[in-house]
Amino acid sequence: MSTATRTDGLPWWATALVLPVFNIALALLISALVILAIGEDPVGALTSMLAGAFGSGTGLGYTLYYATSLIFTGLSVAVAYHAGLFNIGSEGQAYVGGLGVGLVCLALGGWPWWLVLPLTILAGGAFGAAWAAVPGYLQAYRGSHIVITTIMFNFIAAALMAYLMVNVLKAPGQMSPESRGFDDSVTLPMIHDMLGAIGIETANAPLNLSLPLALAACALVWLFIWHTRWGFALRTVGANEHAARYAGMNARRITVVAMALSGALAGLMAINELQGVQHRLLLNFPAGLGFTGIAVALMGRAHPAGIIPAAILFGGLLQGGAELAFDYQSISPELVVVIQGVVILFAGALEHMFRPALARLFTRSAKPVGA
Amino acid sequence: MKSFLRTAAAAFALFAAAAGPAAAFEPAIVFDMGGRFDKSFNEGANMGAEKFKKDTGTDFKWFEVTNEAQREQFLRRLAQRGTDVIVAVGFSMAPSVEKVAKEFPKVRFTLIDNVVDLPNVQSVVFSEQEGSYLVGMLAAMASKSGTVGFIGGMDIPLIRRFECGYEQGIKAIKADAQILVNMAGNTPTAWADPTRGSELAKSQFDRGADVIFAAAGQTGMGALQAAADAKKLAIGVDSNQNHLFPGTMLTSMVKRVDVAAYEAFRTAKDGTWKGGVQRLGLKDDGVAWADDSYNKSLITPEMRAKVEAAAAEIKAGTRKVANLDDSGACKY
Repeated sequence: MSTATRTDGLPWWATALVLPVFNIALALLISALVILAIGEDPVGALTSMLAGAFGSGTGLGYTLYYATSLIFTGLSVAVAYHAGLFNIGSEGQAYVGGLGVGLVCLALGGWPWWLVLPLTILAGGAFGAAWAAVPGYLQAYRGSHIVITTIMFNFIAAALMAYLMVNVLKAPGQMSPESRGFDDSVTLPMIHDMLGAIGIETANAPLNLSLPLALAACALVWLFIWHTRWGFALRTVGANEHAARYAGMNARRITVVAMALSGALAGLMAINELQGVQHRLLLNFPAGLGFTGIAVALMGRAHPAGIIPAAILFGGLLQGGAELAFDYQSISPELVVVIQGVVILFAGALEHMFRPALARLFTRSAKPVGA
Repeated sequence: MKSFLRTAAAAFALFAAAAGPAAAFEPAIVFDMGGRFDKSFNEGANMGAEKFKKDTGTDFKWFEVTNEAQREQFLRRLAQRGTDVIVAVGFSMAPSVEKVAKEFPKVRFTLIDNVVDLPNVQSVVFSEQEGSYLVGMLAAMASKSGTVGFIGGMDIPLIRRFECGYEQGIKAIKADAQILVNMAGNTPTAWADPTRGSELAKSQFDRGADVIFAAAGQTGMGALQAAADAKKLAIGVDSNQNHLFPGTMLTSMVKRVDVAAYEAFRTAKDGTWKGGVQRLGLKDDGVAWADDSYNKSLITPEMRAKVEAAAAEIKAGTRKVANLDDSGACKY
C-alpha cells in the first residue's frame, strides 16, 4: 500500500474523499442492478439498507457497536501490517482474549465496572497477546510463515474455547455451551443508559462504553506507530528487515512484540462483545469480525484515521444488510452478502480503478494555469 | 436500567396504540444460523410456518440470524412491531428470548428446543432419545457387518442425547454391535459443513460400518450423499429426508419441529396458546421414525413389526429409554 509515494498530482482531499465516495456510489449502482434483476425495487431496498444502518437511533447504535469491534480488529491487523506481518489470526486472538475478559468478569462479580474494566483490558490484552506471540515467535525464530500459523491458530483457538466452554465453563443445567451470566455490576454501561442519566433519551442499542475505549486505542496506536522509537523500529522492520538488522535493531524481538501488540488489540474486542453486550462467555462470539478487520485495515490504509471510517462503513453494511433482509422478505440473507461483497470489492480492492482517470482530469484542468 | 425500561415501556405504549384489536394476525419466526433452508431443523420449522400460511392465508414475517447480536435485536424488532406470536427456532435462542420476553410481557414467544421459564414463553422440547432409539433398532436390524455409525454435528448435550438413544436401540437388537461415533466439530460451523460430513461417513464405512445415522444439520447432507455414493445405508434427521436419496435412506429420525411451529401459530390465532413447557415424545408424535414410499423396499415386515412393538411399549411406558443424565453421561 504505497499511496504516499504516488506522484500523479492528486490532492489529498481527492484521494481521501472524492475517490471513496465515487467508488461507493458505483458499488451501490451495481447492487441496485442486482436487486432489480430479482424483481425488487432497488431504490427502496438501498434506502432501507441505508436507513437501517444510519437512519434511526437504534440502527446507528448497532452500526457503531459493530464498528467498535471492527476498530479493534482493524487496529490489530494494522499494527502487524506495519511490521510487515500479515496477521490473519485476529479472529482467534479476539476469541482467546475473550477468555481473559470472561474469566475476570466471572471472578470479580460484585465489583464496580470501573474497577473491573482496567483488569479486563489487561486480561483480554494479555490473553490475545499470548495467543499472537506464539505465531510471532515461530515466524521470528523458526521461519514458519505467519499467515499459515495465524490461520492455524484460529482453529486451535476455536477448538480450545469449545473444549473449555463445553467441559469447564458451561453453566450447569442448560443446553447452550455458555458460561453463567456476568454479575450486573461488572458489565459496561450502555451509551443509551448514560445519556438517559443526563436526560437525553436515545434508542435501545448495544452501543456501550467500549466505543470511547476503541477511539482511545486508535489515538494510542497512532502515537505508538508514528511518534515513538519503538514504533519507528517496528515500521523499519516492516519496510526492510535486513536494513533494520543492519541498523542494530533486534528484528526478531520486534516481530514477536508487534504480534503480541496486534493480538492484544484483537483481544480488547472481547470487551465490547462480552463485558459490553453479551454479559456471558459464549461460543464463537467474534463471529467473523476478526476476519472483517483485515478488510477494515486494508481499506483504512492501516492508519487509525482511515480505520475508523472503514469500520463504520463495514458496521453499517452488517447492520443495514440485516435490516434489508428483515424489511424485504424476498431478499435473502445471501443476496445481502452479495451486496456487501460488491461494496467491499469497489471500495476496497478496485479503489484505484478510477484514480488514473481522476488524475488526468486534474492535470488537464491544472495545465492552463501552468501554461 | 431505569431509562431502558422507560424506553421499552414507551415502545410498548406505541405498539399498543398501533395494534388495535382490529389489526390483522401477524405471526413471525426467527431461524437460527443454519438457515431457513438447511434441509433439516430450521427447514422443519419453516415447513410448519408455510403450512400455516397455506391453510389460513396468513403470511408470516421471518428472519434468519447471522450473528449473536442479531437474535436479541430482531426478536425485539418483532416484539416492537406488535407481532402476535414469535417462534424462536433453536436452543441458542434461549437467553435472547428470556431477555426480550421480560421486556415485552404481552408478546407471546414460542421457543423450540430449549426452556425459558416465563409466563409469556412457550418452550417446546423433544424426547430425541425415544426416536433415536427406534432408528437405532432399525440400523441394527439392517446392518450386515454388525458395525453401525453415528455422525453428530456440534458436540453438545443435545446431540449426545440423540447418540444415547441410538446406542440403546442398537444394543436392544444386537448387544455386541460395534458403534462408531464421530462429531463434526465443536463450534456452530459443525452444523454447516457437508464436506466434513462426507469425510466422516467415508471413514466410518472404511472401518466397517454399513449403516450411519447423521444428526448434524447441513453437515449430515454430506454424510447422506456419501452413503448414497458408497451404496451404504443412512438415516436422516429432523425433517423427513427419505426422499433425498431413495434406495440408501433407511429412514429418518423425524423431529416434528414443523408441528411445533404450526401449533404455535394456530393456537396463537385461535386464542388457545399457553405458556409453559411442552415435552414432545413418541406419545405426542413429537418424534417418529419416517416410514414412507421412499424407504419401503428397505424396511422388511419383520423390522417394522419389531420397531412398532417397541414404539408401543415406549408410549405405554413399559419400555424405558434412558436420557443423558445431568453430568452428560449415557447410562442405561
